[in-house]
Amino acid sequence: MKIYNKGLVFSGILVFAAIALFPFYFQGGRAAAKPEPKTDTPAIQEYEKLNGKKECVESKEYMRGEHMQVLNQWRDSVVRDYYRGYTSNSNHKRFNMSLQNGCMTCHSNKKKFCDECHNYLSVKPYCWDCHIAPKEEETKS
Amino acid sequence: MLEKALEGSKKYWAWVLFLGFFALSGTYYYIRQFNEGLGLTGLHRDVSWGLYIGQFTFLVGVAASAVMLVIPYYLHDFKKFGKIVILGEFLAISAVTMCILFIFVDMGQPMRIMNVILHPTPGSVMFWDSVVLSGYLFINLLVGWVTLGSDKKGVPPPKWIKPWIYLSIPWAISIHTVTAFLYSGVPGRHFWLTAVMAARFLASAFAGGPALLILLAMIVRKVSKFDAGKDVIQAVSRIVAYAMFANVFLLGLEFFTAFYSGIPGHQHPFIYLYKGMMGSDGVFHNEIVPLMWTSSIFAALSLIMLWVPKIRQNEGLLSLACVMLFISLWIDKGFGLIIGGFVPNMFEEVNPYWPTRPEAVITAGVWAIGFMVLTFLYKIAITVREQTAGVEIDH
Amino acid sequence: MSMDRRDFLKIAGISSILGFGASVASATNLITDKKLLPPQVDRNKEALTAKRWAMVVDMSKFKAEEDFQKTISACHTFHNVPDFRKPDGSVDKKFEVKWIWKAAYERTFPGQENKYMSEHVKDMPFVVLCNHCDNPACVRVCPTKATYKLPDGITMQDMHRCIGCRFCMAACPFGARSFNWVDPRKGLKAELINKEYPTRTKGVVEKCTFCTERLSVGKVPACVEAAPAGALLFGDLEDPNSEVRKIVTEKLTIRRKPELGTGPAVYYLIGGGDHA
Repeated sequence: MKIYNKGLVFSGILVFAAIALFPFYFQGGRAAAKPEPKTDTPAIQEYEKLNGKKECVESKEYMRGEHMQVLNQWRDSVVRDYYRGYTSNSNHKRFNMSLQNGCMTCHSNKKKFCDECHNYLSVKPYCWDCHIAPKEEETKS
Repeated sequence: MLEKALEGSKKYWAWVLFLGFFALSGTYYYIRQFNEGLGLTGLHRDVSWGLYIGQFTFLVGVAASAVMLVIPYYLHDFKKFGKIVILGEFLAISAVTMCILFIFVDMGQPMRIMNVILHPTPGSVMFWDSVVLSGYLFINLLVGWVTLGSDKKGVPPPKWIKPWIYLSIPWAISIHTVTAFLYSGVPGRHFWLTAVMAARFLASAFAGGPALLILLAMIVRKVSKFDAGKDVIQAVSRIVAYAMFANVFLLGLEFFTAFYSGIPGHQHPFIYLYKGMMGSDGVFHNEIVPLMWTSSIFAALSLIMLWVPKIRQNEGLLSLACVMLFISLWIDKGFGLIIGGFVPNMFEEVNPYWPTRPEAVITAGVWAIGFMVLTFLYKIAITVREQTAGVEIDH
Repeated sequence: MSMDRRDFLKIAGISSILGFGASVASATNLITDKKLLPPQVDRNKEALTAKRWAMVVDMSKFKAEEDFQKTISACHTFHNVPDFRKPDGSVDKKFEVKWIWKAAYERTFPGQENKYMSEHVKDMPFVVLCNHCDNPACVRVCPTKATYKLPDGITMQDMHRCIGCRFCMAACPFGARSFNWVDPRKGLKAELINKEYPTRTKGVVEKCTFCTERLSVGKVPACVEAAPAGALLFGDLEDPNSEVRKIVTEKLTIRRKPELGTGPAVYYLIGGGDHA
C-alpha cells in the first residue's frame, strides 16, 4: 500500500495525538480526587438532632441523579403555577420549593457540597448568576 | 458544486479576505457583547430596539424581493428572467442569513433560543416570524441548489421542485408581512400603529431588493463572463420604478394622516425625525434629522430618475439611481422606522438613541458575513452559467 | 463497500441531523422524564389568594418626598433591583432598571394637560408601575410565554425563560418594563442585597410582579406595606367586599391609556378618599 505525503500525514497524526492526549499527560497520570460532598452544615446537624436522621427532599440516589430536573420542576411549579410546598415521596415531609430559601438553608456550604461534584465534572450551572449563594460558614467536620 | 466557491482569481480572494476582516472584527466585538451584555450598544430603557433590529427589518425586505423575479419567470413564463432568477434566490439566502444573525446578536440570552421552539406561542408574531424566516431559508436553499444543479448537468430541474417554487411566492410575501406585524400589531406606538405598515414594507422591499440585484448583476457582468443582458436589467428597473412609486406614495399617505388629523401623538415622531425635539436632558435633539432628509431626498431623486426613460436606459445613471434608492430605503427602514416608534417614549419624553462603535462594528461584521455567503453562492452560480453558456434550458 | 462522495455526504448529513435531534430530545427530558417522580405540590395555607388582584392609588396620601422614597425603595431593595449611578451621583438612565417610580402628571397621563396648566400642576407626582392589564400586549407578543397571565390577574415574568428579545418592551404602552443591559449585580451593593430573593442576570427583562413571592406567604406587596396609610390599596376586584372593589364601583378613578384596550388594573383615585 503506498502512502502519499507520508511526512505530512504522520506529523499530522503526532500533532493530533499531542493535543488529544493533553489532559492525560498534563495531569501526570493522577486521577483527580473523588468528590466528597459534605452534609454537615449546622442546619443539617440541627435537623439530625431533632429528627434522629438526616433527610433530604428525596433519597440520596434520586437527588444525586435528578436534582437538576427536580429544580426545573420546582421552578415551573413556583413561578408559573404558584405552588410552593412539595411533599416528599420518600419521607412525606413538606418542603419549601425554593433554591435559595429551601435547598440552601440546609446545604449552606455550596463550596463543600455543590461545587465538590460540579468542579470534578466540570459542570458550571448558571443558576448562581441570579440566585444568591449563601455566605460560606465554617463547618465542624 | 460547493468546490466552485473555492476556486478563484487573486481579486476574488482579496475581496473575500476584505470581507473576512470585517467579519472577524464583528466577531471580536460580539464576544465582548456576549460577555458584558447589550449595554455595549447605544440601546437603553426607552429605545430597546435599534440598529440590529432595523437591519433585520430591512434585510427581510431584500430577502422577499426574490419573488419579483420568480413571479414573472415561473408564473407568467417571462423567459427573459431565466438566467437571473438564480441570482435573486441566492441573494435571498444571503439576506435571510443576515436576518437570522442580526436577531441572534440582538438577543439578551441567545443561549436560550431553543425556548422559542420548546415553548411555541402561536399568538406571538415573533414566533411566526422565526417560523417563516427559517422556512424561507430552507425553500430558497432547496430551490436554488436543485435548479442550479440541474442547469450544471444540462437537464431541466425535477418536477417535484415546481411546488416548492410556487410555495416560495406567497411565502416571500408572508415573511415581510409578518415582520411588519411586529410593528403594526403593537398598541401605543403611534408611528407604527398603521394599517399600511405591511404594504409599505412590501413596496420598499420590492424596490430595494431588485435595485440591489441590478447593481449586483452589473458587478457580476464586470468581474465575470456572466451577462444578464441589458433588456433584463431594464425589465427589473421598471419593476423597481413602480415599487418605488408605491413606497413613496405610501410614505406620503403616512405624512398626510399624521398632519391632517392633527393628533399630536401621531405628529410627534415625524417632527422628531425630520425637525428635532427637546429632550428630557434639556438638549434639543436633531441628530437624526440630516439622515432622514437624505433618505427622503434620495427617494424622490431616484424615483424621478427611474421614471424618466432616457435616464433609466442609461446604465450609468440607472446604477446611480439604484444606489441612492438603496441608501434611502436603508436609512428609512433600517433606522428611521425603529427610532420613530420609540422616540418620543410612552411618557412623551425624548431620550434619543445613537449606535455605539461596538454596535456598528458588529453590524458591519454581519453584513460582511452575509456578503461572503453571497460571494460564494454567486461564484458557484456564475461558474455554472459560464460552463453551460449557450445551452438553453427550458424550466 | 464503495460509495461515492455525494452519497457519503448525504448519509453523514442525515445522521448528524438525527443525532442532533436525539440529543436535543434527551436534553429536554422528552425521553428521560420517566425517571422523575410525580410531584405532589400544593399552595401555602397562609397565601393570599384572589380572583383578580388590582391596585388603587390615592396620590393625596403621598405628602412628602420621603413617602415616595420609602415606597420605591421598599420594592427595589426587596427585589434586588440595581441602582446605576453616573460618577456625579445622578441616575444613569442608560442602564436604569425600575419596577415602580414617580412620574409627573403630564407624563403619566400625556395628552391630558392643557396650555393654561401651571408647571406646578403639570409636575404633580404620580406613582407608576406595571398595570397588570387584563389583556396585556406584552403577553400577546412574547414568543416563549416568559411573560404570562396568572389565574389571579397578575402579569407575571419568568426570568428563567426570557430570551431577551425585548418585544414585550416594544409592546407595553406604559413603559413599565426594564431590561438588564449589563450584569445587575454591578449596580447592587453587596451588603444591601436581600438574600431571600434572587437577582437577575444580564439579558433578561424584568418588571413589577405584584410580589407573588410575598403573596405566597401571606404578605401584601412591599410597596403597599411601605406606602403611607391608604396610599396604595391592594385587593381583589372580584370580591364585592374588598376596598378596591368598593372604590372602583363608587368613586371616580382613571387608568392610564384605557383607550388602548389593555384593561389596566391600577386605578388612580380622583379627589382622595377617607379610607384607612
